Amino acid sequence: MTRSLLVPDAERTTKAVKPEVNFGFYLKLFWTTFTLSLFTFGGGFVIISLMRKKMVVTLNWIDDEEMMDFVTIAQSSPGPIALNGSLMVGYHLANIPGALIAGLGTILPPMIILTLVSLGYEAVKSNPWIAAAFHGMRPVVAAIVLQVTWALLKPVLGKKKIAPIIMLVLAFIALYFFKVNIMLVMAICVAVAVILSLVEIQKAGRG
Amino acid sequence: MTILFQLFTSFFQIGLFSIGGGYAAMPLIQAQTIDIRGWLTLAEFADLVTIAEMTPGPIAINSATFVGMKVAGLSGVVAATLGNVLPSCIIMIILAKLYEKYSKQTLMKKILENVRPVVVAAIFTAGLSLLQLAIGSVDTLDIFAIIVFVLAFLALNSKRIKIGPIILLIVGALAGIGYALAFGFV
Repeated sequence: MTRSLLVPDAERTTKAVKPEVNFGFYLKLFWTTFTLSLFTFGGGFVIISLMRKKMVVTLNWIDDEEMMDFVTIAQSSPGPIALNGSLMVGYHLANIPGALIAGLGTILPPMIILTLVSLGYEAVKSNPWIAAAFHGMRPVVAAIVLQVTWALLKPVLGKKKIAPIIMLVLAFIALYFFKVNIMLVMAICVAVAVILSLVEIQKAGRG
Repeated sequence: MTILFQLFTSFFQIGLFSIGGGYAAMPLIQAQTIDIRGWLTLAEFADLVTIAEMTPGPIAINSATFVGMKVAGLSGVVAATLGNVLPSCIIMIILAKLYEKYSKQTLMKKILENVRPVVVAAIFTAGLSLLQLAIGSVDTLDIFAIIVFVLAFLALNSKRIKIGPIILLIVGALAGIGYALAFGFV
């Protein structure tokens, strides 16, 4: 198997195994995306973090490199990141039916909940129980996303290459301190990545 | 029929032109639902944003459901949501096909490898803003939220405690309710 070696093999416990596609798998894919979507509030990167935990760590359907590629593509394409990410993973695992089932699992929870909420949204808006639950859930969401950052950061640092680390730091400064539009940051980074890659390949060709 | 078609096309445009996630979609939703179609008032739009933040799911899909329900009931929900997700479905299936075909090629592999650190930076940035939202600013620090955050982070990193994020969220919600009960906020 030729996989890009962002994660040193010693650190990787098992390689991702594509599951066998059958009815049971579709059910599991639907249920997985449905529950992920049900517990995802606070933007696309939250579901990406949950998705990594579930699909990479627990189910071992995809690996970290693929996950990060899917995030890049989902983020750079039109539409909600959560939906795009699900569609990518679903297609990767089981082609178009997989994409459609994963997509359906992702959009059903917000559809059902918003339908119910719009019937009585005055009551929901000012409900102290819901506010209290959210008070407790928000720090957990932050912990989940930051823990995923840590998990993804380790392999980048472990590679001991200086260029990716510089890119990471610059991108973070641009995003966090200067609030540069993420699309612009990604576009620039893709351009830099293309140049870096061409240089690396040329070097390898000579050597 | 015309109203369903309008819902479909309005949310199709929102889906097609919102690149970069939830907050990129907001101005488009505002333009389509308030200015162009007049389905919502500005106050209703503000409520919609609050609800979307409180409930799970992408804001665009939340909006499609909310507006569809308000304008045309359940068939409106289906028309608006379908319109909203169709661009994603088509574009992502094409991109996924290309990815499966080309991601193992040397140049593509190297490019993807060099882009990955940016994803880490983007997720980190999102995580930090969520943390700030949860614990408040320096002068209004929320001690309860900080404790929950630290415990959740430790639990997630622990090799001994195997606890999934969804269970952890439920525990967090219960802790929030317990805290409110104990200090008489409810």
